[in-house]
Amino acid sequence: MSFAFRPEHPDINPDMWIQIDDIIAANRFIKGSVIAVLRRCQDVVGYLPVELMEYIAAGMNLACSDVYGVASFYALFAFEPKGRHTVKVCTGTACYVKGIKEVISRICNEYDMEEGGTSPDMRFTLEPVRCLGACGLAPVMVVNSDTHGDVSSDKVVDILHHYE
Amino acid sequence: MERFTVEALQAAREDAAAVLNNPDVIQLMVCGGTGCHATGSIAVIDRLREEIAARDMNDKVRVVETGCNGFCAAGPIMVVHPGDIFYQRLKADDVPDIIETHIINGQPVDKHFFKDPISKKKIPAQSEIPFFAHQMPRALRNKGLIDPESIDDYIGRDGYQATAKALLEMRPEAIVEEVKASGLRGRGGAGFPAGMKWQFCQASPEAVKYVLCNADEGDPGAFMDRSILEADPHAVLEGMIIAAKAINAHQGYVYARTEYPLAIRRLGIAIEQATERGLLGDDILGSGFDFHVEIYQGAGAFVCGEETALMRSIEGRRGMPRPRPPFPAHQGLWEKPTILNNVETLANVAQIILKGGAWYASVGTETSKGTKVFALSGDVNNIGLVEVPMGTSLRQMIYDVGGGIPRKRKFKAVQLGGPSGGCVPEAYLDTPVDYEEIAKVGAIMGSGGAIVMDEKTCMVDMARFFMDFIQDESCGKCTPCREGTRRQLELLEKICDGSGEAHDLDELERLSAVIKETALCGLGQTGPNPVLSTLRYFRDEYEAHIHEGRCPAKRCVALLKFEVDVDLCTRCGMCARACPVDAIEWEKKQLARIDKEKCIECLTCYDKCKFDAID
Ligand SMILES: Cc1cc2nc3c(=O)[nH]c(=O)nc-3n(C[C@H](O)[C@H](O)[C@H](O)COP(=O)(O)O)c2cc1C
Ligand code: FES
Repeated sequence: MSFAFRPEHPDINPDMWIQIDDIIAANRFIKGSVIAVLRRCQDVVGYLPVELMEYIAAGMNLACSDVYGVASFYALFAFEPKGRHTVKVCTGTACYVKGIKEVISRICNEYDMEEGGTSPDMRFTLEPVRCLGACGLAPVMVVNSDTHGDVSSDKVVDILHHYE
Repeated sequence: MERFTVEALQAAREDAAAVLNNPDVIQLMVCGGTGCHATGSIAVIDRLREEIAARDMNDKVRVVETGCNGFCAAGPIMVVHPGDIFYQRLKADDVPDIIETHIINGQPVDKHFFKDPISKKKIPAQSEIPFFAHQMPRALRNKGLIDPESIDDYIGRDGYQATAKALLEMRPEAIVEEVKASGLRGRGGAGFPAGMKWQFCQASPEAVKYVLCNADEGDPGAFMDRSILEADPHAVLEGMIIAAKAINAHQGYVYARTEYPLAIRRLGIAIEQATERGLLGDDILGSGFDFHVEIYQGAGAFVCGEETALMRSIEGRRGMPRPRPPFPAHQGLWEKPTILNNVETLANVAQIILKGGAWYASVGTETSKGTKVFALSGDVNNIGLVEVPMGTSLRQMIYDVGGGIPRKRKFKAVQLGGPSGGCVPEAYLDTPVDYEEIAKVGAIMGSGGAIVMDEKTCMVDMARFFMDFIQDESCGKCTPCREGTRRQLELLEKICDGSGEAHDLDELERLSAVIKETALCGLGQTGPNPVLSTLRYFRDEYEAHIHEGRCPAKRCVALLKFEVDVDLCTRCGMCARACPVDAIEWEKKQLARIDKEKCIECLTCYDKCKFDAID
């Protein structure tokens, strides 16, 4: 079942559209489920293109502005495509005290990117996050789903080297 | 799966306790918290299982993946019972030796023991390590002792006994009375008495009510709630069931941070297991009482930890706070009466019901009862989770439990309460852990983040850091917070950049007063605290930045020269070896020199130089 006219989009293939429809179908009558729908759709596509948010709005019977309003409120949602690997650097207090600033400036320097941005070769997206709850290992970086503790400006490039 | 009656629960408890306490089986408790996972505990566990199976010892040794042990900096950690032998920093390759020497031949392997950073002595037993010896686990009573993914382990440690008692033997009023008698106050920050909150909600005649658990844990530097959920998720569920009975609610939600995948997974398993056994869902333990729990994942917004914002978020909207009253106890989620409690608050409830409010209140101070869990981190030797009785002094916590400051540096301050809190300097380290006493020195108890800072931390930069956090996380609904915090950040950035002016400090104070007075929610009302507390205790550092263009801690890049002080340089070459871009020229026994063309101003050399010789 499709919920509205499916727009053409280079980053969404037919298989993804099927998954998106399933997500909407499972949630459209559940009160307050739009955040969960956005999260799952982002898991499928990697980010939330405008066309996708419009489609979700139609499927959930909500105004586009409501969907965009919710999505733009939460840091989890991205509106730009991401690099092949997501590097989350913790900018929480413990990591800050232990020198994450140096690590971040090293990464930015090495891969020609900014905080929150993606490297020109689409290899890494650098996401600052507020405390990963692993303060015991500060400073902490999570690449995809691997947690690396005790990183430093000299070690960080060796670690990232392994992610092609 | 068979649904429990009370009799079946008692029988299951006896069976499970027999497994946990079997004297003929050696129990290897390996930490499986987020921290130890990151340092490789899963490889250790796999190897243990492999080696034990290969030696046909499965009936003599039990390998348990526990939740967070608490001593995160020493991971991966394994504790062996009997004997309480504590091993730290294990690798998979250490496993065969430990099995042969310790498990088979009874000789603990001392090279993996904990070494006290002060006395340099090796300490084999976990209970004798100072980090653990001064603690009093209550909210964390099962940490390191059970497999958090096994409801049987939990039942074997008196799990769900309190639920049985509350649902079958107690009237809602009696539950509230017990919680009131315990003096338990909210552990999420504000410290509101839990029993009173429940009583307000109980009084409401509405038919639909909700119980919510706040597992958003947004304060950076805090990981108590994550650890509780990872180590003992059923304890939190029990707290929710008992709260539900007290106010007559039948639906609950746990609002959990999306950054905590392991905690969410373990809580999900706990809900599933409890539901299968009839300890959650319809007709719990045959009592006729129904209660369902769902997990709701946050999406990365600090303000959603605030109660009214959290409820908006569960409703699927932008997580913006609203003015109170009406209080959530009367009008909360979907406008129905709702109670919201923090993870740690709820984790204490089952013990209070089982052992009585008077038992809980037997430790603590006049106004703050029981224990408090802190996440001790930053510049301190023993980093990890610490549960101490209320009334313990901050000094005891940092020096006795935390083992003091590493690298022979001096203590400067401990930051309590995250972005809503403040810094406590050396002079006030004897302040006891107590809601009112901590507030008197300009900080707050907060949710329990305690970040220790040594002399190399710039307090102006810290204030800037927190203000950056606050202005970024401000939801934008009210002007004082949206605009005021931004103006404060600009002022602080200006000072850190070396262009601060004398009147900036007055302006910071004025703005702080206005924001505190007029902001809509707790985020803005407490947001200026980090500025005020650093101004109160470290005004000299602000003044050095403004009047002398100097950052005493050498952290503010704009005020640094990136030059080697020839008088102080000992020609050791530490800086040159540490520099990630080879910008430091040095040869044996020669002065170091920084090549400014190559230097990326990363401050690594400042951190590595032991002689403070880089200016
Ligand atoms: C900006 C802001 C963020 C908050 N974040 C949290 C949080 O992450 N976890 C939490 O338990 N309470 C948080 N609180 C406090 C909650 O609003 C609420 O008081 C608490 O969850 C109630 O539970 P308790 O009484 O058991 O502490 C926050 C409050 C504010 C104003
Ligand atoms: S501050 Fe970085 S993990 Fe907590």
